[in-house]
Amino acid sequence: MRYYVKKIVSLIMVLFLIMLLTFIAFQVIPGDGAISRLGVDATDEEVEALREALGLNRSLPERFFSFLGGAVHGDFGKSYQYSKPVSELLTARLPATVGLAAISIILILVISVPLGLLCSRKEGGAADRAVTILTQTLMAVPAFFLGIIITLVFGLILKWFQIGGYIDPKVNFTGFLQYMIFPAAAVAVPKIAMTVKFLKTSVLRELKLDYVRTARSKGNTERVVLWRHVLKNALIPVITFMGMVIADVLAGSIVIEQVFNLPGVGRLLVVAIGNRDYPVVEAVVVYIAAVVLIVNFIVDLLYQKVDPRVRMR
Amino acid sequence: MKKQNQKNWSLIFGIVLVSIVCVFAFVGLFWTPYEPTAMSILKNKPPSFAHPFGTDNLGRDILSRVMDGASTTFLISVITVTIGLVAGTVVGAFTGYYGGIIDELLMRLNDTLTSFPSILLALVFVSVIGTGKYNIILALGVIFIPSFARVVRSEYIVQKELDYVRNAKLLGAGDLRIMFVHILPNTKPILLSSLTIGFNNAILAEAGMSYLSLGVQPPDASLGEMLSNAQTYLLNAPWFALAPGLMIVFTVLGFSLISENLK
Repeated sequence: MRYYVKKIVSLIMVLFLIMLLTFIAFQVIPGDGAISRLGVDATDEEVEALREALGLNRSLPERFFSFLGGAVHGDFGKSYQYSKPVSELLTARLPATVGLAAISIILILVISVPLGLLCSRKEGGAADRAVTILTQTLMAVPAFFLGIIITLVFGLILKWFQIGGYIDPKVNFTGFLQYMIFPAAAVAVPKIAMTVKFLKTSVLRELKLDYVRTARSKGNTERVVLWRHVLKNALIPVITFMGMVIADVLAGSIVIEQVFNLPGVGRLLVVAIGNRDYPVVEAVVVYIAAVVLIVNFIVDLLYQKVDPRVRMR
Repeated sequence: MKKQNQKNWSLIFGIVLVSIVCVFAFVGLFWTPYEPTAMSILKNKPPSFAHPFGTDNLGRDILSRVMDGASTTFLISVITVTIGLVAGTVVGAFTGYYGGIIDELLMRLNDTLTSFPSILLALVFVSVIGTGKYNIILALGVIFIPSFARVVRSEYIVQKELDYVRNAKLLGAGDLRIMFVHILPNTKPILLSSLTIGFNNAILAEAGMSYLSLGVQPPDASLGEMLSNAQTYLLNAPWFALAPGLMIVFTVLGFSLISENLK
């Protein structure tokens, strides 16, 4: 119980710190939000009226707590550029980003676990060496370059998908999946390479332990030893690793959404930065950071569920 | 024996790759076959004898632009990693050596910063201080401090309990001397490995930022900026995207092979 309380308290503290840092970051910007919206030609009265409306004339702590209070309720104010509530913009962009992340993570898990086991079955064998060279190379390919290559090969040459032809999941879910598989592959492939490598190291470490010898001496086949006995233990460190991968996938999707023209949260952020639409930038930053933190929080809880030794520390 | 052999091959391959890209980038600092920004009527032409990597949408020589872009990207990455390394080492050394409340506070801050994905943090910085070459250096440099600080700190926590540090203390060495003359050289192996990884991350981050048009601004060439430009002409001029992209892949692959063998 104490473990959970400690974890939750530290989660809330870090979330608070993130909000504080994000808030401060956007206060440092030289210039005034009101002037930047109205332009330098605006009269003093106009600027003053807008400052009043935006709440810019209140004291810093006051503004921080109203930002914090709003954020807790999911209210991040209005976008300068679209004059719409930021939360509305964010919700509209969620399906693409969540879909991209979910499909990528499924791809990573489904492909890397069998591949990792295959490599560790015969260390130094032909399959292992081929996969090692392949993973080493793929890890070096930035996701957005991979995305460009996928666009070229599957979009332009083979015409398996229409470039920029994102389909809303509410309109046609299969069409959405068919389109999303390509950006998801661009995000997933480098991560698959990393996960395979990590899993292999983890399995090889487990294979040296006594319980594996016991399992073998009981007459289990190598397949049963690997899948039933070793995999369970070897996956424990992989859970933490997956937490990092999920954070990476979210961050990586910022760039990938640009490559495949997906109307996701990442594109919202990039466009907002270009237009100096600070409420949107603040909201997206807090949102992504919070998701990453919560994912890591869940990973920690999972970790101690599967490995009770962690609780002792 | 076989394993050793394999390791050597991958190390040699890594060194070869890194040497090739370094020669490109280094020569690109001083000389390129054509002026990187010089336009001509030969637009989107495939590789030829006169233009080994072809030309881009404005008729600029891609080889020259890749050399120029690589040197920009490398320069940014080197400065960035240096900022991260120096500041991170100082922070890590002090917090690891002394511990206490400041250590506690800084490490909380560190945890918070590292929980942001680095590209997101870089985007926040850029939206606050603006885009461009120097702002990217500043943004990425600051972002790399926490990871170096963490590595150095944990190393100092281990080292400060060892006998040679006690001996140095008994001989009357001051804290600063112990920290930077006695302990620092012993953190070299771990620093070298984080240095190569950091350099790769810097290359990828710079390329990503410039790809999003939030990093190096045209007409300056950088590998990421070239890629973002090239995407529009993908069907007519695929070499335009391949040249800068492969440059990034070779660099990252080369450094990661070397760092693997350093461990």
